[in-house]
Amino acid sequence: MSEALLEVSHLKKYFPVSQGLFGRSAAQVKAVDDISLTLMPGETFGLVGESGSGKSTVGRTILRLTDKTAGEVKFKGVDVHSLSPAELRRLRPQMQLIFQDPYSALNPRVRVGNAIGEALLDHGLATKSEVRGLVLEALAACGLSAYHIDRFPHEFSGGQRQRIGIARALILNPDLIIADEPVSALDVSIQAQIINLFSSLQRSKGLAYLFISHDLSVVEHLCDRIGVMYLGSMVETASRDELFKHPLHPYTKALLSAVPVPIPKLKRERIVLKGDIPSPVNPPSGCKFHTRCPLAVERCKTEIPLFREAGTGHFVACHLV
Amino acid sequence: MKPLLKVENLHTEFRTDEGTVKAVDGISFQVRAGETVCIVGESGCGKSVTAMSMMGLVEEPAGKVTGGAITFGDDDLLRLNKHELRAIRGHELAMIFQEPMSSLNPVLKIGEQIMEPLMLHLKLKRKEAAAHAVELIRQVGISRPEQIAASYPHELSGGMLQRIMIAIAVSCSPKLLIADEPTTALDVTIQAQILDMLRTFKESSGMSLLLITHDLGVVAEMADYVIVMYAGKIVEEGEVTALFADPKHPYTRGLLKSKPVMGRRTEELYSIPGQVPNPLELTPSCYFHDRCGHCMEVCVSREPLLQPLGNGQKAACWLYEEAKIHV
Repeated sequence: MSEALLEVSHLKKYFPVSQGLFGRSAAQVKAVDDISLTLMPGETFGLVGESGSGKSTVGRTILRLTDKTAGEVKFKGVDVHSLSPAELRRLRPQMQLIFQDPYSALNPRVRVGNAIGEALLDHGLATKSEVRGLVLEALAACGLSAYHIDRFPHEFSGGQRQRIGIARALILNPDLIIADEPVSALDVSIQAQIINLFSSLQRSKGLAYLFISHDLSVVEHLCDRIGVMYLGSMVETASRDELFKHPLHPYTKALLSAVPVPIPKLKRERIVLKGDIPSPVNPPSGCKFHTRCPLAVERCKTEIPLFREAGTGHFVACHLV
Repeated sequence: MKPLLKVENLHTEFRTDEGTVKAVDGISFQVRAGETVCIVGESGCGKSVTAMSMMGLVEEPAGKVTGGAITFGDDDLLRLNKHELRAIRGHELAMIFQEPMSSLNPVLKIGEQIMEPLMLHLKLKRKEAAAHAVELIRQVGISRPEQIAASYPHELSGGMLQRIMIAIAVSCSPKLLIADEPTTALDVTIQAQILDMLRTFKESSGMSLLLITHDLGVVAEMADYVIVMYAGKIVEEGEVTALFADPKHPYTRGLLKSKPVMGRRTEELYSIPGQVPNPLELTPSCYFHDRCGHCMEVCVSREPLLQPLGNGQKAACWLYEEAKIHV
């Protein structure tokens, strides 16, 4: 087995909730609460969950855009959170981030060519004379034209802006791209174009993706392995086919059954969950899902279920499995 | 039977610095009593503006309904004055929006906001209205209704607020509910709850539903009849099973093929090349021609008309015109 590109073990990220006039820290939001995952080179790991599940915070903490509370993030065997600022900076080009809203990630007054090329110069990865050629290459790889290089972000459509976001990450020749809901803001026809771009870039460049999304049909399309998060915890991870064919956790089952499928009059058994997602400031005791779980028993209210292997490579945290 | 709602040749335009945008460009459709009609399309296709035009919510002077008729019951909504329209809106004709938070008044208690239409339209006394409001909150599946009635919008989650919006919308037993992307901002498990609730309400009250969405999954689940819009025009319409089984317009086909479907994974997704045309640069043509794999000469120079193709489906595409000429 080859060496893992990214190894996250028992990662925790708590945010303080301040209260009162002096910002006294009164409670903690356990945004990420003991998450472990492994990503192989060239692989795509999909992180799924609803709003407030902490999936974006996982991405940001892996990249050390925010400090961890506990746990470990190893990228190519290096502990990302123990690097000095200078060392971290040297590592940055190898791990890139793509955002949901590419427009707010682009400076409106910077020409697209410069926006894509600036990181190369910043990191000293190319000389000024080389940059233009590399930018043109990245634009072409992302399905944009050479004449786009001198335009401003507002002149592009949503799909094109996401292509710019991808080009900007790609030009640094990274090994890992963390994509946070990269197609959620796009229309169906454009979404398909961007999804295909992600797959073709992976094939040609051997990229690994951590793909964060709430859309299970997109995740099924793109990802090799999938992790399902609920209120900061991982409730299930498995390979794509295993997760979609044999989901074990009641939350995963409900999530899968809730996705509307574009086939009219299809008879499906739907599990409609009761109630809302509880507040992460004050998550339920025991299994965090017990308040909405159709199968919950007494034990679920008090005892936190262990995240354990329930089949080859299939992990789940549930007392009833 | 006379349809509940009949939209005929509706035109809505917006004036911008660069020119006039024909957001809705001559569309006609109808909704019968008890029916669910879905308008589906991508951003900018005019589906929301259609709903806004019906509700008299197109903001003048920038926007204006420039032509057509919207017959609801016995009234033409476009010919009514403000007072007459107010008597219908929120009463027989109700609407819910994508963002429940921005549709509710942040400084009024939830209960008060539900009571408002009850007192205005149903002429209930304050006390009766308050009791009825609590009952409505219970009906949309929220526990502790008394407590919720006394809270403010910011205290509730998005899913709860959308339930409150539905409670307000159905409070006066509307004949038609217009729902503009009602679940787009919600998580998928909450979306399932809301769609379930809309269906239950429809079945128990016989209300009609005009559902506007970009999500073909939601369409398949909810619609009796589907209208597909592209660049301000209807390109295809039909009964839901027929339309999904045998889409006629190349755009509809492309849309259906480009959506990843759970359990039907393919190596590569089909994608429609190019992008939606600039609404300011439209010339008489099929607006889809530059993205279409079947583009012919006529598509570039003349606009195809929406016409029936048998089994209740209609499409606006020269492919079918041509076929007719050759036959």
